[in-house]
Amino acid sequence: MNETALLINTALASGTTLALAALGLLINERAGVLNLGAEGMMLVAAVAGFATALLTGSDTLGFVAAAAAGAALAAVFGLLVIFLNTNQYATGLALSLFGYGFSAFVGVSMVGKSLSPRQQYAMPVLSDLPFVGPAFFSHHAMVYVAMALTAAVAWFFYRTRAGLLLRAIGENPEPAHALGYPVRLIRLAAVCAGGALCGLAGAYVSLVTAPLWVEGLTAGRGWIALALTVFATWRPARALLGAYLFGGVTVLQLSLQAEGVQISSHLLTMLPYVATIVVLAVISRNAAFIRLNMPASLGRPFRPGS
Amino acid sequence: MLRLEPRAAPSQAMTVASPLIALALTALVAVVIFAGLGTDPLAGLQVIFIEPLSTRRQISEVLLKATPLIVIALGLAVCYRANVWNIGAEGQFLLGCLGGGAVALWLTTQGIVLPKAVGVPLVLLGGMLGGMLWAALVALLRDRFNANEILVSLMLVYVAQQVANALVFGPWKDPQGFNMPQSALFHSSLLLPPLLERTRLHVGFLLALVLAVVATLFLFRSFRGFQLQVGGLAPAAARYAGFSARASLWTALLVSGGLAGLAGAMEVAGPIRQVTPYLSTGLGFTAIIVCFVGRLHPLGIVGAGVLLSLMLIGGELAQSRLGLPNAMASVLQGLLLLILLACDTFIHQRLRLTRSRARPA
Repeated sequence: MNETALLINTALASGTTLALAALGLLINERAGVLNLGAEGMMLVAAVAGFATALLTGSDTLGFVAAAAAGAALAAVFGLLVIFLNTNQYATGLALSLFGYGFSAFVGVSMVGKSLSPRQQYAMPVLSDLPFVGPAFFSHHAMVYVAMALTAAVAWFFYRTRAGLLLRAIGENPEPAHALGYPVRLIRLAAVCAGGALCGLAGAYVSLVTAPLWVEGLTAGRGWIALALTVFATWRPARALLGAYLFGGVTVLQLSLQAEGVQISSHLLTMLPYVATIVVLAVISRNAAFIRLNMPASLGRPFRPGS
Repeated sequence: MLRLEPRAAPSQAMTVASPLIALALTALVAVVIFAGLGTDPLAGLQVIFIEPLSTRRQISEVLLKATPLIVIALGLAVCYRANVWNIGAEGQFLLGCLGGGAVALWLTTQGIVLPKAVGVPLVLLGGMLGGMLWAALVALLRDRFNANEILVSLMLVYVAQQVANALVFGPWKDPQGFNMPQSALFHSSLLLPPLLERTRLHVGFLLALVLAVVATLFLFRSFRGFQLQVGGLAPAAARYAGFSARASLWTALLVSGGLAGLAGAMEVAGPIRQVTPYLSTGLGFTAIIVCFVGRLHPLGIVGAGVLLSLMLIGGELAQSRLGLPNAMASVLQGLLLLILLACDTFIHQRLRLTRSRARPA
């Protein structure tokens, strides 16, 4: 396989987790809710998906279960922050801590178990094309699902009335409320949708990337996805691009190690995290630019009639 | 129907009652989990909440583990009161382990033997500087680059772990250690003096109590503490009064980084006695829960630190006695914080029974 093609292939494959999670968080945040519990939701979903796939032998059912688990946790978060007006930062953080512990607790019996052998992911005919075949057409189905979902969300945001309403609520919930829209229910729906996508992201790690379960499997990808939403200035297509870029950084780290570059493997392992910090700093540098793009009511509770 | 409405003033009673209610509800969930796992619920509760207090040795272990939790949480309380969301205390704690470890290892390998009254403070100082350095990175990126401190501080936890690994697997590896990834043992003159005979409890616990008093004075009796809190509660008012938001940011992060670093140094110069790759056990995250359960108040934090330490030790006991997964403790911790936040809703709001649904205007 051509080296560039390999690089593209692995960037797409490893960026898909981040793409799914960032897309989910984007939906939350566009509705004005910041969910720092992404990592926790991904972990619980990863273990739920793994357990389901182990039990039923079906990856598809695994992804469905993971999405359901993510949405369920997100619903708890949503009820707390949207209806009880709890602090969004603290509640999200609590969800992450809980998710870490709960997934480790549930997953104890699944450490060391392996799924049925994974088949080669290849599209008929297309994957045989030179260069583009191995680069773009030899992936797990979720890679294409992530792309399709990104397009769908972009279409929803910018081409539908409901998407406009969602974005309007994220900017300022008062007018939508005055027009009679159920602001809090819409926010709850957005949070649950975001949780379901984070769930898919978690299951992608435990069913495709890894594929296995260990405690803390997602290794901070939920937090990186949160940073990606800032990087993407809350736009779906940019989130997808950013996710692939970060996927590329991970790959770069691996191929550098394979090339035998004399850098400590510890320094290479920290690369994605350092890259996140650097990118965050560069993109946030212009405060006015961030303020212009950030949903204006992000993180603020909405109390109707007060 | 029921509806939430804002209270005229925050309820003092609820502020105090909320952690207790949350604890009771968490215990209730624990009972359900025990029953689900086929363990006798009462025996389970007894092992987690009572057993760690049954012997002198167990109590000393609870206080030993509470020490870093309290010290880290004191710093976080300053941060959160200033509305600076440092959630990377775990990383600052690790850098504290490394900073303290650097001083201790250098003195040990150079063969310099200092009196305890000099050596130990030097190690602790090294730890504080390490933690402050890590928090200063967060402050710098927030201050100069407007980067979100939540994400930066959290990312730095992963970086800190790799820094620790690089050192322990590299230059700090003990030459006489059979190639194990751990440093040499620190010289005994650099270890914290014990507080109780025949236990691992060290004077660091007393230091934590002193720091709680100092933190109380700082937050509620000093002008700088007042400025920090105004900045946290009402940024516009603070700006109008001429209180510098930048100064608040730096103070909050340096204080919390320094304290987390101190906690790290006390761990390596206390029970651990060397630098290993397994220093990160999540104390920096548990400290966040301690901070909230302790109502962001230094004296509450002392109590909450002991409580969470009790749950951690109880979790270990539940593993060895009842064969429950070790993660039981972190499940209960996470639940405690979630339930607590839900209960806290009723500090600023109350439930009201209304007869007819008020129509939105």
